[in-house]
Amino acid sequence: MALLASACGGGEQAGTDTQPEERVKLSYGVWDATQQAVMQELAAEFTKTYPSITVDVQLTPWVDYWTKMKAAVSGGAAPDVFWMNGPNFQLYASNGVIKPIEEQIDTSVYPKALVDLYTYEGKLYGLPKDMDTVGVWYNKTLFDAAKVKYPADDWTWTDFKEAAAKLTDADKGVYAVGAQLTSFQEYQYNTIYQAGGHVISPDGKQSGYADPKTIAGLKFWTDLIAAKQSPDLKTMTDTTPLQLFEAGKLAMYWGGSWNVAEFGKNDYTKDKVDVAPLPRGEKQATIIHGVANVVSAKTEHPAQASAFVKFLGSKQAADLLGKKGPIPAYNGTQQDWVKAHPEWKLQTFLDAVAYAVPYPVSKNTAAWQEAELTHLTKAWTGEVPVEQAAANLAAAMNDLLAKE
Amino acid sequence: MASRGPRTEALWGYAFIAPTGLGLAIFYLWPVLQTAYFSFTEWGAFGGHTWTGLENYTRLIADPEVGRAVLNTLTYTALGLLGIPLAIVFAALLNRPGLGGVTLYRTAFFLPVVTMPVAVAMLWRWLYNGDYGLINQVLALAGIDGPNWIADPATALYALIVVGVWSSVGYNLIIFLAGMQAIPKELYEAAAMDGAGRVRQFFSITLPMLSPTAFFISIVSVIGSLQLFDLVFVMTGSGQAARANPAYSRLQTVVQLFYERAFVTDDRGYAAAIVMALLVLIAVLTVLQFRLQRRWVHYV
Repeated sequence: MALLASACGGGEQAGTDTQPEERVKLSYGVWDATQQAVMQELAAEFTKTYPSITVDVQLTPWVDYWTKMKAAVSGGAAPDVFWMNGPNFQLYASNGVIKPIEEQIDTSVYPKALVDLYTYEGKLYGLPKDMDTVGVWYNKTLFDAAKVKYPADDWTWTDFKEAAAKLTDADKGVYAVGAQLTSFQEYQYNTIYQAGGHVISPDGKQSGYADPKTIAGLKFWTDLIAAKQSPDLKTMTDTTPLQLFEAGKLAMYWGGSWNVAEFGKNDYTKDKVDVAPLPRGEKQATIIHGVANVVSAKTEHPAQASAFVKFLGSKQAADLLGKKGPIPAYNGTQQDWVKAHPEWKLQTFLDAVAYAVPYPVSKNTAAWQEAELTHLTKAWTGEVPVEQAAANLAAAMNDLLAKE
Repeated sequence: MASRGPRTEALWGYAFIAPTGLGLAIFYLWPVLQTAYFSFTEWGAFGGHTWTGLENYTRLIADPEVGRAVLNTLTYTALGLLGIPLAIVFAALLNRPGLGGVTLYRTAFFLPVVTMPVAVAMLWRWLYNGDYGLINQVLALAGIDGPNWIADPATALYALIVVGVWSSVGYNLIIFLAGMQAIPKELYEAAAMDGAGRVRQFFSITLPMLSPTAFFISIVSVIGSLQLFDLVFVMTGSGQAARANPAYSRLQTVVQLFYERAFVTDDRGYAAAIVMALLVLIAVLTVLQFRLQRRWVHYV
């Protein structure tokens, strides 16, 4: 016991029923290949403290992760511990396939938005591992060429639109920004909350898409397409905004803190881009999200699995993660992440936590996210006015929410 | 040993086909029966199902997405059949005596068949890219501003059909070549003596003699086309990326819709109903073809 207690850094007690002599191998499901190495390192670190427990890190690429996880859970073969995200969380929690955390945990060390995200019916199910907020990555070379000042920390929608007009250069095929439709977390959700709108009511029963302010947040993007300051949807289907940005065809890319790894290894972007906060509309807002570690309800080793989850949520783990991975969720350890890339103003992403809005979710988020795309695609192509598309979406989403 | 009667022989016959029969029963028949059962149920996100009777089927009939997917699939299938005359023409050209480099041509035509469908789809996806794709670059030389082929509702389905035909011509061609080479030379010699030229010979001997081969290919192509999935899946992605494609409604096929319902939105019972409907569609079209064959297929 002495060994177990001293092991866990910040005074967090390990599960008391862990038998030191019992050799256990835990499986740990993750989806990000760029984080596989650091996850393995964390697993090894954990084994140092708990020599009887080894962890097998199992990588499933993002595109297949949830499909495979659902099949594995249905078939009773889910990993003992695995990564969870906001949109999927309530589905797993409400079906009882992940275990709530029974012990008392000091959650004040994590951003409140993330703790709330992984709380269902008053119970906490996962410990936040990392976090992300959104910012505007901009191409300094294109800003210089168009003689536009780099975005200020307190810039507004008006500033953004002025800059967008100047940055667009149709002859060179350069657009100000790509009004991406496939990543609501980086695009629509941010402008919706900046405009004072909302995606879903706090009780998770009503869609916010009928709210004129929400529609204003959507129009922000469709106006850019209409003004040809963003490529149209067809072009963005063939070549994604990320690819366009990395080819120097977009002056700005609304992206997350997780893009650091991507832009750092890309030869074009690594010395041409920097990051600014999102422009403010009626208010300042960004979506905050983060991955949590959860324990499968069917694990054969619940004590060991929760000990591992607690280790992953500890300061010790966060310190290691911050040096090599995304922003750790543990408050106070995030500076290492900022220092890892002194060439960029990464502090921007941390400052954003102060005005961040949690990722909007309900019990079956995936169902209405499909409706979002089905209806908004028509607004993005201009086939249906934004107001109409949003009204149709609100009706479809309310139907789905009523079924939850 | 002389006592072995027809009965024992028949038993031995069954014994020999038993392994295959068992395999078919376990891996084909049983899943079909299971799927048929599941099509009357509704599923939770993590397994467990309840009987809902005909609900999935009434929903299926009213679902505009299903109607669209069936229409797209049928269009793809019908236009895909154009690959058959194309393959016959190529096969006839390759079958000429004295033509040099035949092996080279055959290899070139057959290459798409041995290439993984995923690789084929990736390649065409790049070719079709609206801004950087080779096709539009070539068109630009002629001063034509090409569309975003697979993101434009007007062109997407046809772009897909071109790839489908392109990748099937090689397989069909090889079968037709084999069929042509099995036609007795005497027929052509007799026809030549009667004064028939090459074209007349083609229409009066080659085509009728090839009709059983063409029938086989049309059965196989129709079934294959109705099950189209991999090309669309790779060229448009699945889930979000596919749904945000403006041409999504023109590209959705029945099997792709099945995949989305079964594995993306966890609507497994409904997905089962969709494939049962597809099974019926395939059966109907196949029976229809067998009925029609009496009109045009000549067996020697």
